[in-house]
Order: sequence, then structure tokens, then C-alpha cells
Amino acid sequence: MNIRITLAVAQRVLIQLRRDHRTLAMLLVLPCLLISLLWWVYDDANPLLFDHIGPALLAIFPVIVMFLVTSVTTLRERSSGTLERLLAMPMGKLDFLVGYALAFGLVAAVQSVLAVAVSVGLLGLDVIGPLWLLTVVAVVDAILGSALGLFVSAFARTEFQAVQFMPAIVIPQLLLCGLLVPREALPAFLHAVSDALPLSYAVDAMQHLTTTASTAQVWQDVAIVAAFAVGGLALGAATLRRRTP
Amino acid sequence: MVNNAVEIRDLHVVRGRHPVLEHLDLTIGGGVTGLLGPSGCGKSTLMRCLVGVQQVRGGTIEVFGRPAGSRPLRDRVGYVTQAVSVYHDLTVAENLRFFARVIGADRAAVDRAIAAVDLQDRAGDVVGRLSGGQQSRASLAVALLGEPDLLVLDEPTVGLDPVLREDLWSLFHRLADSGVAVFVSSHVMDEAERCDRLLLMRTGRIIADGTPAEIKARAGVNDVESAFLAIVRSDAA
Repeated sequence: MNIRITLAVAQRVLIQLRRDHRTLAMLLVLPCLLISLLWWVYDDANPLLFDHIGPALLAIFPVIVMFLVTSVTTLRERSSGTLERLLAMPMGKLDFLVGYALAFGLVAAVQSVLAVAVSVGLLGLDVIGPLWLLTVVAVVDAILGSALGLFVSAFARTEFQAVQFMPAIVIPQLLLCGLLVPREALPAFLHAVSDALPLSYAVDAMQHLTTTASTAQVWQDVAIVAAFAVGGLALGAATLRRRTP
Repeated sequence: MVNNAVEIRDLHVVRGRHPVLEHLDLTIGGGVTGLLGPSGCGKSTLMRCLVGVQQVRGGTIEVFGRPAGSRPLRDRVGYVTQAVSVYHDLTVAENLRFFARVIGADRAAVDRAIAAVDLQDRAGDVVGRLSGGQQSRASLAVALLGEPDLLVLDEPTVGLDPVLREDLWSLFHRLADSGVAVFVSSHVMDEAERCDRLLLMRTGRIIADGTPAEIKARAGVNDVESAFLAIVRSDAA
């Protein structure tokens, strides 16, 4: 791995994002708007539910958004020939992957600071643990989303197909992560499945953070999510072939 | 001193279920070597082999005495794919600065590459808003960045106006005169005359190899297109 090349990739991705105002607005503003909408939905019926679901959403947004952004951008790199060109240059696969992860991790950090500021500052979400740790969890979640997106982009031929992987890969995790029904209350089989899915731990981390002051459990969940992310990046690296048929 | 930039022995490539290159032997030296043939004849596959991004079934490809695509070669070989492989949402200068950082070239190299393809006054424009010809010149500029010893150019002049094509061919010859081995493909037969050495390719085989004058004389005709036809007909007979 080469720091100069890795930073060049990260900087280039950020310049591309900066030029794309609409995507940038979606990345940064949309999570804030959606969380506000959720707060409003529960405001009359059951304000306590917002305290339960809000933290889960703070974990889910970075995963979904980065999954979509990464799967489409890497697919574009593959189909436009820029990836082939880069791999014919002195670029390691890790330089490429870590460069992307750095850029999207930074965007995720900004996204989560905004979403947390809105949730806690404006909407009155109760967070008992340290606030900064919320951002750490969100960044790790974003890298997980990027890793999954990168991996599936190898199996999509068009941007249409890449987007279809979202419901296939992310929605099952969404249903089983404890957002709708606490994971302990799931049927035994589904509980076991949810134990094997990364998003469950991402949501657990956020929920522990908001309900208890002790951070040991949170770090454990973060470590599991990070392990899934590293595994995803490794699988993604295996799909970046210098030589193609 | 390695005499040949490229040495290919018994190269065999299969894409899907179809053999694209079979038992291909070829050496490429200095000067401008042109690879001419109809689209689909295997030109791009051969070029991908030289830069080491093509899966190969058999045979060896050596570039400057090392296996094609090996690490020490990656900043000595410049490669332009047929597609415009630069980022359409970055400006010409941003694209070049990015690729320059990847290969470790300096800012002066960026300016030189932009000047070489005559894009100075469009350097600040986003690539996606340029014309097709300007886009492919931006893509070519990237390959010039590292001052490579071997340039592999897959149809770099498609869709360019004749004046620009003339300029680019002069550029290829200037590079060749400075010691760069230039390997350029085309499916336009009239470009053949500008090559120092010409390879005619059809269905994965090299059917003629020599200077344009030699090839025309051997076929007994006055232009390369007729020579191509004559060679194909005598092959079939």
C-alpha cells in the first residue's frame, strides 16, 4: 500500500462529490429530514417510540446511503475503463479500496454529526452515552455499507442491477435488526439469523449508547461491525481483478 | 539494452467460448508500429495483453524483458483504452493531476501532457462537457504523463478531425524519435501509411508484417486497403 496513491484516490472522490451538488445534498440533508419526519410521525401517537427507533435509524442511514453510493461509483469505474487503467498503473488494490473508504468515511462523519445534532438538539433524542461515540459508530457503519456496496458491484453489470441489490442485501437486515421487533422477541430461527447479520450489531451499538452510560458493550458491537467491514473489503478486493477475461 | 520492447511467443487467448488469438508470435521494436484490422479481429485483446490486464490461456508476453503487467513495468507503459477512460465529472487538469499523483509524476508533467494534446484552453473544463475528440485527447494525455518507454494506444484517433489526426500522428513520431516504442491500433486503412511498420490483422492472426511500402509492393497494389484485400483473397485461395 502506498499513502500517496491512497490519498490521491480519496481526494479525487471528494472532488467528484463536491462537484455533484445534488448527491452531496442528498448525502448530508436527507438523513436529517427523514429523522425529523420519523419524529413527527410518532409525535402525537407515542413520543417514546422515537427514542427507541431514532438511534436505530442513525445506524441504518450510513449503511444504506454508502451502500448505494459505493456500488454505483465502483460499477462506473469498472465500466468506464478507469479501473482497468488504474490497475495497469502502479496502483495496489488496497490503495483503491482504502482511498474510497477514507473519502466515504469522512462524508459519513459529517453526515452523522448533522443527523445527531438534529436528533439530539432539535428533536430531543435522549442519549446517555457519550455523543462523540455516536459519530464513531456511524463512521464504522458507513464503511460497512461501502464494503458491502463494493462487493456487490462485482456482480452487477449495469447501474440498474446495482441499485436492485439494495432491497436484496439491505432490507432483510433492516427487518431483522431490531428496528421493528426487539431481536430477543424474534422467532428463534430468525433471532439466530439476525445474530449473523452486521446491521444487527450496528443497531445494537446505537441502542446501547443511547440507553446506558457504559461503553464496553458499544465497543464490542463496533468491533463486530468493523470485522464485517474488513471481511467485506477483503471480498471486494478479491473481485478487483487486474486481469479480466 | 533490450532490442525489442515487446516479445510475444505462442500467445493464446480465449474470450467466452471463442479463441481470439491463437499461436501468435510477434516482436515490437522502436518507431511507430501500427496494428490495422477490422473491428473484432483481436486488436484490443492483443493490446490488453501487452499491458497485462487480459487473462491469457497460454504463451508468454515480455515487455522490456519482464512479464507483461509486472510491477516494475507499470510506470514504463502508457495505455489508452478504446473507451475514454478518464473521469467525466472532473476537469481535464483535475484528471491529469490525479493520475500524475498515482504514477508519481510532477506538476510540470501535467502541463506538458496537456500541451502535447493541445488542450491548454480547455484544461479547466469538465471532461463530460467536451466534444468526443477532446475527451479522447484528454484520455491520451493521461498515457503521456509518466513519459513511458512504451505507449499502447487503442484507436486513439477515432472521430477526430483530419487536422487533429495529423497533429497526433506527428506527436507519435516525435515520441518515437525520442526513443519511445509506439504501438497504435486503427481500423482506418488510410492511417496505415503513417506507420514505420505495419501489422495487418484479421480473425486473430497477423496476415502481413512490414513497412507500408513493402506490404503494398508484395501485394502488387498502390494502397494498403487493396493490399489487405489481396492478402485475404490469396489466403483463402
